[in-house]
Amino acid sequence: MGWIEESVASIKSFKIRQALHQAVSLGMIVASALMIWKTLMCVTGSESPVVVVLSESMEPGFSRGDILFLYLSRDPIRVGEIVVYNIDGRDIPIVHRVIKVHERKDTGEVDILTKGDNNEGDDIPLYAPDQYWLQRHHIMGRAVGFLPYVGWATIIMTEKPIIKYVLISVLGLLAITSND
Amino acid sequence: MHSFGYRANAFLTFAITILALICAMASLSDNFNSPSPTSQVQVLNINWFQKKPDGDDEVSLTLNISANLQSLFTWNTKQVFVFLAAEYETPKNSLNQVSLWDGIIPSKEHAQFWIHTTNKYRFIDQGSNLRGKNFNLTLHWHVMPKTGKMFADKIVMSGYRLPEAYR
Repeated sequence: MGWIEESVASIKSFKIRQALHQAVSLGMIVASALMIWKTLMCVTGSESPVVVVLSESMEPGFSRGDILFLYLSRDPIRVGEIVVYNIDGRDIPIVHRVIKVHERKDTGEVDILTKGDNNEGDDIPLYAPDQYWLQRHHIMGRAVGFLPYVGWATIIMTEKPIIKYVLISVLGLLAITSND
Repeated sequence: MHSFGYRANAFLTFAITILALICAMASLSDNFNSPSPTSQVQVLNINWFQKKPDGDDEVSLTLNISANLQSLFTWNTKQVFVFLAAEYETPKNSLNQVSLWDGIIPSKEHAQFWIHTTNKYRFIDQGSNLRGKNFNLTLHWHVMPKTGKMFADKIVMSGYRLPEAYR
């Protein structure tokens, strides 16, 4: 149990200069995470380049806790693509597959209908009342890559906030007491 | 220096790096596969063909779909999502794509199939343009990997035509 005594000792020998140093390096970590996220947003053209699958509507392709990488190019949306869309007035984006596309000749506007692979019917009940089609501006990105299980970390942290606080305090304690 | 925390951190970082590397390699190995799927679709019958009360045309088809998608499967393939879409042009729309049937192929053994079916999703036009319409039937597939990049491609089959009159 030497490391506990060491930690206590290092808290006791707390110096203002060291504290400032810790604060700066913590700031650096937060800032670089933000920079990576914003860079990803620019590169992928999607307002959230990575999403976690929360529902079972795309089983067995995607299950809860899987991570999807999104990319939104200028290419038109076509049938079969898995898109992430956001309905006005709903805060959780939905990952489903496009099953119908009607593209206007004069304006190039599209009407899109989606459906979850594991759902019986199409998504019209999920849309806003009296909305029968998705338009281009509802689409946040199309899924291009897939990584299983990794998203469970965020699901656990949002559903059991206590774990999040424990984790943050342990990490904070480690950051304060570390000597290097 | 060689404290518990330091070692745990080094171990975790190493493990995650190796895992990420293996995932990336598994995904990259998919590029060495050059698939050659085949497909045939016949429209056996027009079950009914009408104008709905709201003015849109709707048609019901009986289809015979056969395909061999075995070459799509690699060791990194979780499943293949396959679907058949009708594609056509109308005076108002430069492209209409309507999904008619879809299926999930869980393994290579099931990737050679034929199915006799009516359209699973309703074939409804935006408007009343389907009489005498020439259309393509396109078999699309979407390869879902165990990890990494997803692949999609299609076979276009042309030369289908809807009847001139409602029935």
